Amino acid sequence: MADPDLVQLLTPEGERAEHPDYAFAGDDDTIRSLYRDLVLTRRIDTEATALQRHGELGIWASLLGQEAAQIGSGRALRRQDHAFPTYREHGVAWTRGVDPLSLLSLFRGVDQGSWDPEATGFGLYTIVIGAQTLHATGYAMGLQRDGVVGTDDPDRDAAVIAYFGDGATSQGDVNEAFIWASVFNAPVVFFCQNNQWAISEPIDRQTRIPLYQRASGFGFPGVRVDGNDVLAVHAATQAALQRAREGSGPTLIEAFTYRMGAHTTTDDPTRYRLSADLEHWKLKDPVERVHAYLTRHVGAGEDFFSEIAEEADALAVRLREGTRAMADPSILSVFDQVYVEESAELAQQRDEHAAYLDSFEDATDGARR
Amino acid sequence: MTTTMTMAKALNAGLRAAMEADPKVLMMGEDVGKLGGVFRITDGLQKDFGEDRVIDTPLAESAILGTAVGLAMRGYRPVCEIQFDGFVYPAYDQIVSQVAKIHFRSRGRMPMPIVIRIPFGGGIGAVEHHSESPEAQFAHTAGLKVVACSHPTDAYWMIQQAIAADDPVVFLEPKRQYHGEKAEVDTEATPPPLFTSRTVREGSDLTLLAYGPTVRLCRDAALAASEEGRSLEVIDLRTLSPLDLEPVFASVRRTGHAVVVHEAARSLGMGSEIAARIQQECFYALEAPVLRVAGFDTPYPPSRIEEEYLPDLDRVLDAVDRSLAY
Ligand SMILES: Cc1ncc(C[n+]2csc(CCOP(=O)(O)OP(=O)(O)O)c2C)c(N)n1
Repeated sequence: MADPDLVQLLTPEGERAEHPDYAFAGDDDTIRSLYRDLVLTRRIDTEATALQRHGELGIWASLLGQEAAQIGSGRALRRQDHAFPTYREHGVAWTRGVDPLSLLSLFRGVDQGSWDPEATGFGLYTIVIGAQTLHATGYAMGLQRDGVVGTDDPDRDAAVIAYFGDGATSQGDVNEAFIWASVFNAPVVFFCQNNQWAISEPIDRQTRIPLYQRASGFGFPGVRVDGNDVLAVHAATQAALQRAREGSGPTLIEAFTYRMGAHTTTDDPTRYRLSADLEHWKLKDPVERVHAYLTRHVGAGEDFFSEIAEEADALAVRLREGTRAMADPSILSVFDQVYVEESAELAQQRDEHAAYLDSFEDATDGARR
Repeated sequence: MTTTMTMAKALNAGLRAAMEADPKVLMMGEDVGKLGGVFRITDGLQKDFGEDRVIDTPLAESAILGTAVGLAMRGYRPVCEIQFDGFVYPAYDQIVSQVAKIHFRSRGRMPMPIVIRIPFGGGIGAVEHHSESPEAQFAHTAGLKVVACSHPTDAYWMIQQAIAADDPVVFLEPKRQYHGEKAEVDTEATPPPLFTSRTVREGSDLTLLAYGPTVRLCRDAALAASEEGRSLEVIDLRTLSPLDLEPVFASVRRTGHAVVVHEAARSLGMGSEIAARIQQECFYALEAPVLRVAGFDTPYPPSRIEEEYLPDLDRVLDAVDRSLAY
């Protein structure tokens, strides 16, 4: 059932495929390194899920099944590009050099995003569905004004990528972002991971046409790629980013994939979907197909795979230990950074509370009730 | 008939009763159908009442409220579930500029019998936007009524009364207590009117005022204080707009001391209005300023420190001490 509207460059069986418009730009070494990222990302995810189960994280939003969509697109970004994620873009974060521990500290409830968005080119996680697509568009408009679009200098020209889910496409913000990006020809790539589900709601609750087709109504191109094919995702994203950097405006990429896990660790998908679907999608696993390709056509051997497995093990240990070692912030830190210029009123509230806390230490019995 | 229920079950039973009583009652929201809502409050309703009456909506809060307005114009009674407090804001415009004003604007021709159910408050260890207390923003809006339940029995009756009301009602559910304390709910009793407060514990030294999640806390505080020989009265406000403060004034005239407790930020929170009214009505009876125990005037903190942000037993008792020592 080859879908003519679906860009695919690596089949689920691990065979390279041709496409009239898209070609993967890397060589086999690039594919090896993509494979490494896929495996490590999956390991971050597995480890985080386990940490949540052990009570070390409050919640975790698994990306299981979406590794190729995230690694393929993230790796197509240049240093000067900027990504605007949802709360599930752990793989993209990885490609931007964000330490996975800073993702874990957010889900542990220690902070709300500790990485530096400007230094990493990776924005803060955004939980309010769709909001970041407008931020991405505005950021792209900033790039236009800064003269870093369409200069023909590959080290200078920049673009923005906005991540969102299929459910998000129903939000006003996302549709407004499409309009703004189109009207202002903003250098932004709208990257929709259609994982078929918005918590319990299947994709037909959000749309009656394939999502990528929506783009044409807004006045820019849309393309659907096999979201479990890291090569296709990489090629399509690279092309869309290049278009944006050149000043030709936005593109919508629909990465057709599947949420293999629960929505988050608090969700129970057995209440609303059939396991038969899962079985079907397991055959399209984004990591396995690269493994098959590397084994069969590149001659990658046991040493290559075991080296990555060891690296994944070491990463898992680091995440486990790092998470357990995270200190809780002090309650008084909640008063910091509310404003650039702190008000005397808020400072007074902090002082009041600090004095209240001290009163327990001063109390003769020292104990709280 | 009495049944033992959690608040979640009581709300579910109340919604079911409302749907049985009136075929115009609809449920709308994200994941309310097949899943029964992320908190299972609408569990089983779609199965029993069908997809026309229990609607899994596309993911868009503004559209949930905006279409509820149109449905209300056609005579329906939409009950909209907002998945978490922090996600009501995409619908804020529809709620504040449309839902709240259409009856007034149409010179009474178009009532808006819409219920906006919002799980609110903190303490569940969630990430950002899942623990907020936006009640004052709605109570400040003319045209909206705002209530908060604190107990399974109230939850069962108040949700039905809110649905039967002809005005739009923002219905706040303390999510931390959904699956907490159970109670015997008498489904044949006659409930008190919706827009009334209720004394949940009598006392003579000081009046504690609470609603939603802090009612339980204040009951615990009163219990702890009684061991120290102090007699605290606890009033569950239940309705935040309109406020039903006559029982509060009567209480404060007796005790001379009042402390308001809520999770929402202190400044311009419900406590501000309540304190203002108490000082206006009970000026000569007051023996101390009305004190507020509330969230700080900051964003809700990361969950690892939320228990230190939220009013707790110590902070309530500290305020009691300060008031009584004044
Ligand atoms: C404005 C808003 N409404 C509701 C929610 C609750 N919520 C969190 S994730 C989600 C579903 C999102 O689905 P989709 O956009 O497809 O992304 P996915 O989670 O599948 O990656 C919902 C309804 C939210 N975070 N923000």
